[in-house]
Amino acid sequence: MSSIEKSKIEIAKAPPGIEGAGFFATSLDKAVGIARSNSLWPLPFATSCCGIEFMATMASTYDLARFGSERLSFSPRQADLLMVMGTISKKLAPVLLQVYEQMAEPKWVLSMGACASSGGIFDTYSVLQGIDRILPVDVYIPGCPPRPEQVLDGIMQIQKLAQSETIRRRDSPEYTAMLNKYGIE
Amino acid sequence: MDNNSLLTTIQSKLMSQFGNDFLSAELVADYPTFIIKKDRIADVIRFLYDDTELAFQYLTTLATIHYPDNQGQEFAVMYQLHNLPKNYRIRLKIFFSVNDLTVPSITSVFSAANWMERQEYDFFGIQFKDHPNLKRILNMDDMDYHPMRKEYALEDATREDKDDKMFGR
Repeated sequence: MSSIEKSKIEIAKAPPGIEGAGFFATSLDKAVGIARSNSLWPLPFATSCCGIEFMATMASTYDLARFGSERLSFSPRQADLLMVMGTISKKLAPVLLQVYEQMAEPKWVLSMGACASSGGIFDTYSVLQGIDRILPVDVYIPGCPPRPEQVLDGIMQIQKLAQSETIRRRDSPEYTAMLNKYGIE
Repeated sequence: MDNNSLLTTIQSKLMSQFGNDFLSAELVADYPTFIIKKDRIADVIRFLYDDTELAFQYLTTLATIHYPDNQGQEFAVMYQLHNLPKNYRIRLKIFFSVNDLTVPSITSVFSAANWMERQEYDFFGIQFKDHPNLKRILNMDDMDYHPMRKEYALEDATREDKDDKMFGR
C-alpha cells in the first residue's frame, strides 16, 4: 500500500486576529488586503519582447494563475495592476497615461524590463526614458528581458503591497500630492 | 538593356527634354544615377513615368540625406525608381541649400510619395510644395525640431544621470 503524500499546496493564511468558538475577528484592512492580493487583475500593456516573456509567464510552465492573476483585464476599468512591458515611445506616452487614469482605485503599476524602467538601450530622442516620468511605479523588474521567474517575483512584491495597504491610503492628502507631482488630478 | 546603355539612353532623353536642368549622369556601382535641378524634379519624374520605353511607374523609395559640411548644398533628396516589367532601376538626386528647403512634391505622380514626403518633413524639415497633407507622421506632434539633422544629438536631451565620459556623448 502506497502512502499518500501530503499536499504541498499552501492556501492564503488567515491574518492575525481573535478567534473563538464560531467567530473570528480581525481588522477590515487585513481581510480586504488578502482578498485583493490574491485576485489581482493585470492589464498587460505589452509593446515588445518583454511582452513575449509575459506570455510565457501566463502559460502553463510558469502559470501566473497560481497567484490569482490569470484573469487579464483588457479594460482599464476592471484592472487592478498595470503591467508595462516594453519600450514606450514618447508618442505612446499620452496613451499609457490615459490607460492609467482610466483605472479605478486601488491600482498598482509594475514596470517590467529595462526599457519601461529607464528607456533601456534606447537613449534616443523618440523614446520615453522610463515610465516613471509620467506615472508612479510601484515595482520595477530589471532585465532585458527579465525571466518569467523575475516576473513572478515582481507580482509577489505587488501582492505584498496590496496586503499591507490600509484602506484609507488612497484618500490621504499625501497620495493626492504624489499623483499631482505627475500632473494627474 | 544593360545598365550602361540604360544610363546613356536616359541621359540623352533627359538632356534633350530638360537641357541645362539636367546636371549629370553617372554609374554608381551598378546603379544609374542622375542629378537634376531641384525645381524640375517633379517634371522629370512625370516624364520618366509617361515615357513609353522607360515607363518608370514604381517608386521604390525616397530619402533625404544631410551633408552639413557641404556648403550651399547641405541637403539632398534621393528618389529610386523602378520599371517592373523590364526590371530597370535608376536613382535621381537633387541637391539644395539649408536656406531653401522647398522641394516640388511628386504626390501628383506617385500617391505612395505622400507618406514618404511626410517622413522627410518630419525628420529633416523638407518643405514639399503642393503636398496635400504635410504634417509629422512618426514623431509626436509637439516635437519642435527635426531630429535626423546632424546638428542635433541622437540621445535624449532630458537625461541627467549619464556621465559624458562613460557613455560616449
